[in-house]
Amino acid sequence: MDFVVPTVDLGSIAPALLVLATALLVLVGELFTAPGRKGALAVLALLGVAGAMAKSFLLWGQSQAAFSGMVALDNYGLFFGLIFLIALGMTVLLSVRYLGQMDMDHGEYYVLLLLAVFGMMLMASGTDLIVIFLGLEILSLALYVLAGFARTDLGAQEAALKYFLLGAFSSGFLLYGAALTYAATGTTNLARIVSFLAQAGVAGNPLLWIAVGLLIVGFGFKVATVPFQMWVPDVYQGAPTPVTAFMSVGAKAAGFAGFLRVFLYAFPALSVDWTWLLAALAVLTMTLGNVVAIAQGDIKRMLAYSSIAHAGYLLVAMASNSQAGVSAVLFYMVAYAFTNLGAFAVVVYLARQGQEALELSDYAGLGSRAPLVALAMTIFMVSLAGVPPTAGFVAKFYLFGAAVEAGLVWLAVVSVLNSVISAYYYLRLIVIMYMREPVPEAAPASTAPLVSVSLAIAATATLLLGLFPSALLALAQSTVGAIFKI
Amino acid sequence: MLYQAWIIPILPLLGAAANAFLGARLGKRFVSLVACGTVGLASLGSAWVFADLTRLPAGERLVMLPMYQWIGTGDFQVNFALQIDPLSAVMLLVVSGVSFLIHVYSTGYMAEDRGYARYFTYLNLFVFSMLLLVTANNFLVLYVGWELVGLCSYLLIGFWYERKAAADAGKKAFIVNRVGDLGFALGVMLIFVTFGSLDYQDVFAGAPQMLAVGSVTATTITLLLFVGATGKSAQIPLYVWLPDAMEGPTPVSALIHAATMVTAGVYMVARTHALFELAPFSLSVVATIGAVTAFYAATIALVQTDIKRMLAYSTISQLGYMFLAVGVGAYAAGIFHLTTHAFFKALLFLGAGSVMHTLGGETNMLKMGGLRLKLPVTYWTFVVGALAISGFPGLSCFFSKDAILWQAFASPRGGMVLWAIGLATAALTAFYALRAVFLTFHGESRLTVEAEGHIHEPPSNMALPLALLAALAALGGYLGVPGILGGSDAFGSFLAPVFRGEAWMALETQAPANELGLMGLSVLAAFLGMGLAWYFYLARPEAPGVLARRFGGLYALLVNKYYVDEIYGGLVVQPLVALAHFLGERFEVTVIDGVVNGVGRTVAASGAWLRRLQTGFVRNYALSIFLGAVIVLGYFLFR
Repeated sequence: MDFVVPTVDLGSIAPALLVLATALLVLVGELFTAPGRKGALAVLALLGVAGAMAKSFLLWGQSQAAFSGMVALDNYGLFFGLIFLIALGMTVLLSVRYLGQMDMDHGEYYVLLLLAVFGMMLMASGTDLIVIFLGLEILSLALYVLAGFARTDLGAQEAALKYFLLGAFSSGFLLYGAALTYAATGTTNLARIVSFLAQAGVAGNPLLWIAVGLLIVGFGFKVATVPFQMWVPDVYQGAPTPVTAFMSVGAKAAGFAGFLRVFLYAFPALSVDWTWLLAALAVLTMTLGNVVAIAQGDIKRMLAYSSIAHAGYLLVAMASNSQAGVSAVLFYMVAYAFTNLGAFAVVVYLARQGQEALELSDYAGLGSRAPLVALAMTIFMVSLAGVPPTAGFVAKFYLFGAAVEAGLVWLAVVSVLNSVISAYYYLRLIVIMYMREPVPEAAPASTAPLVSVSLAIAATATLLLGLFPSALLALAQSTVGAIFKI
Repeated sequence: MLYQAWIIPILPLLGAAANAFLGARLGKRFVSLVACGTVGLASLGSAWVFADLTRLPAGERLVMLPMYQWIGTGDFQVNFALQIDPLSAVMLLVVSGVSFLIHVYSTGYMAEDRGYARYFTYLNLFVFSMLLLVTANNFLVLYVGWELVGLCSYLLIGFWYERKAAADAGKKAFIVNRVGDLGFALGVMLIFVTFGSLDYQDVFAGAPQMLAVGSVTATTITLLLFVGATGKSAQIPLYVWLPDAMEGPTPVSALIHAATMVTAGVYMVARTHALFELAPFSLSVVATIGAVTAFYAATIALVQTDIKRMLAYSTISQLGYMFLAVGVGAYAAGIFHLTTHAFFKALLFLGAGSVMHTLGGETNMLKMGGLRLKLPVTYWTFVVGALAISGFPGLSCFFSKDAILWQAFASPRGGMVLWAIGLATAALTAFYALRAVFLTFHGESRLTVEAEGHIHEPPSNMALPLALLAALAALGGYLGVPGILGGSDAFGSFLAPVFRGEAWMALETQAPANELGLMGLSVLAAFLGMGLAWYFYLARPEAPGVLARRFGGLYALLVNKYYVDEIYGGLVVQPLVALAHFLGERFEVTVIDGVVNGVGRTVAASGAWLRRLQTGFVRNYALSIFLGAVIVLGYFLFR
């Protein structure tokens, strides 16, 4: 076997490298900051985010393979990279006060967040199953630790351990899928898989089907589709709230980034089979997410099931297997990122020393106690439910529109019905905030300028994307070249 | 400025946002400055746009302002776009100008109100909605403006929501408008189905090719649109909300009646005239409803003793004139009357508001009288308004009403009957307008001693708008002096490019003697009405009582507004309430709750069942993943 020394092309993964460098800087800086002054590290992390974002914009529009085709520099990867960076930036804003309140203000926290984003960016720009797996592992390991970052909290420990065990289990499926792909095609490089499958007759190899099935299991765990979603409620509930927010957006986006690129780019030859499976998974996932979310009394668990349901919606677009579907997923990811981070930001905003507002009843009377926060939460819930003029409406519109264009009208109908079910528990929170009398002893939340900033950003973006969606959609459409050769 | 015209509607929106978020904190001075400033700038911008537009050649006066595409997938395109053409330029001027004066007046009228910031937030939003409505470039934006106008009217009519009457009036306005809006929405949907587009250009240009004159589709679309217009513009049968709308603060009534709401229906029919031209039946419906409403509402106004209620019926009647005009194809005349009406009706309402303001909210004219000497500014401006609406020669309404009557007579779509109804209405109008003047300002004072002591002229921020509006009401008519009186009808020829091919173009051939003769008759009718008012309320004050007793039945019928509210109450509201009670107490409890609880129980049961799966044990979770993997692989192997 020939051994090819990979070409080194650091410039094409510069944003990811900037994030990595920031992580290392923060790690060093942690040594020189006194306990209780770790906020300085948050500033450093934000600077890294800003730098990586700026670099991504500078690279926008370029398209080239790097490291011997192991990673690609393209709009697709950059777009997802920006989503991760947005999630990271917002999460850092949410964390500063929260870490102090929960007595876990340690610098490693920011390091782990940055490392997770590095893994995510690798995953989104990877064009080789091995690199994608590597990215997945980097991000997962960081998240396992982050989930259990509240070291003295038993719930967090349980969540972290469960996440770790099940994550390791499902990583095995993914890796095995990659191995069988190699066995069937002789390569793990996506481009070479495409050219191999282009030959006549090779797509009937059962080994290949098993490989595809295993890959679905592996990715399905990351993006939390039924029946691989069991970990989500427990982990989302147990993890520190900003980490939950980060996972619900970043990890899901990263999972879909890999999932989309591998299936829509590398395995279109088998699409007749996997689209039906994904459509079935989509129906199961969103229905289970929405129905069980109704029964939840804990807001983090409710949002966990809600995020399962949204994974189902995203699978709908994936099952459409079209350019419109891909751009719809990307648009949806941005809309969902702002909306969901915003919703978690409200939870963080209401947290007090050593105690969080996690019961739905804690939100009673929020409309009169904190009208602006309640207004923001209303915007997020309305957006999650998919009602105009919010980002969630436009995102769902494109998503289901892609399904209709692909001939999956029945799937779009099921999705819309599911949206109706979901309106019940989203709007219930609004009812609780405005129509229920506040609990008497609820003390006013202390001021939280950084959280307020992230709330304002999220609410503004949610509304703006609902009113002016075309610019972002044009960006999302400019990424499909990475998946579909035009 | 033409291509920046989108700023005009945005300005009041920004004002509304600023006052909503900061108004309560920064005080009344800030609120007034922002509210009046934004609308004032909007009216300056409108004037600028108007001036720029007149500099273009007449045939090129159409400027599109595509804002952005909201949604576009496949064939379904939704664009936010505005347009400036002579019609929208005129509407912009009227709406923003009159609104500005009402804003200034409000700073005096509402000065003591607790909800000052809230009031101006709504008021700015109202102006924004109406400006959006008149500058829309497609039916979707028109619809957005249409609905926003309805929402704002609800908020403002029910502004003093602690009072049950106000809250009820707000609800009534909203619900009655919903009925009309349903028709309008169906019309817009039918337009989209028929033409595959909502853009004015596509629809109006495509209409003559795609629809035959008198075709069922054209008639259905236009009738549905007109249902919407009867709701917004308070025509039979959906006018009932407008008299109750006086429960809002009086400047709000002025705004609704003059500038921002009721004119929407007339504007919409004029705007969509290309469709109405294809449906002669719909046009005759419009003209008939308009004429009948004009006469009918005027008869009710004759006997009202509440000054605002009287003015409300007067508005309904005048709107009837406008629909009569557009119904006979005299679109420019309809818009002309809309403009002059905006001036004198705003003036009359603000004058009435000024009287109420000083009398502590009294609206009953029978308890006023003799205010002429104590409130000279209010008196003289009110007289100008009353004479204008009566059609006194030389004042604004004389020209606009005469244009309508002449074209109702001479247009091939009009005729003697419509003209005669219009003429009779003119006499009634003069009567009730002067009656209000005499009852309120002349004769013996019927005020209580306490009220007498409080009388004071309005402050300058209320008096100035009155004076300006009086000047407009007096002189506004000279925009459209007809050729027969030596003018050139500048107003009509400015709008002509929009309404090309309209029916009245054919009138050029008619003998001018007719027009002069008809004009003489309508002047006669006006003087007859004024004379009767003088006779009944100044010369022989006991006469109305005698007449009322002599014709007791008719009088009761008029005072009770033909019992329409009672009829609607009996025919629509009561059955609905009964149905609601039945649904709420029987159907809901047994069937709906049964089903919902059943579904709820099923969901809860499945939730409980599903929760059993969520054991919390890692081994069960792993098993789930494993089983899932088996199923996925099974699917691929045995597909």
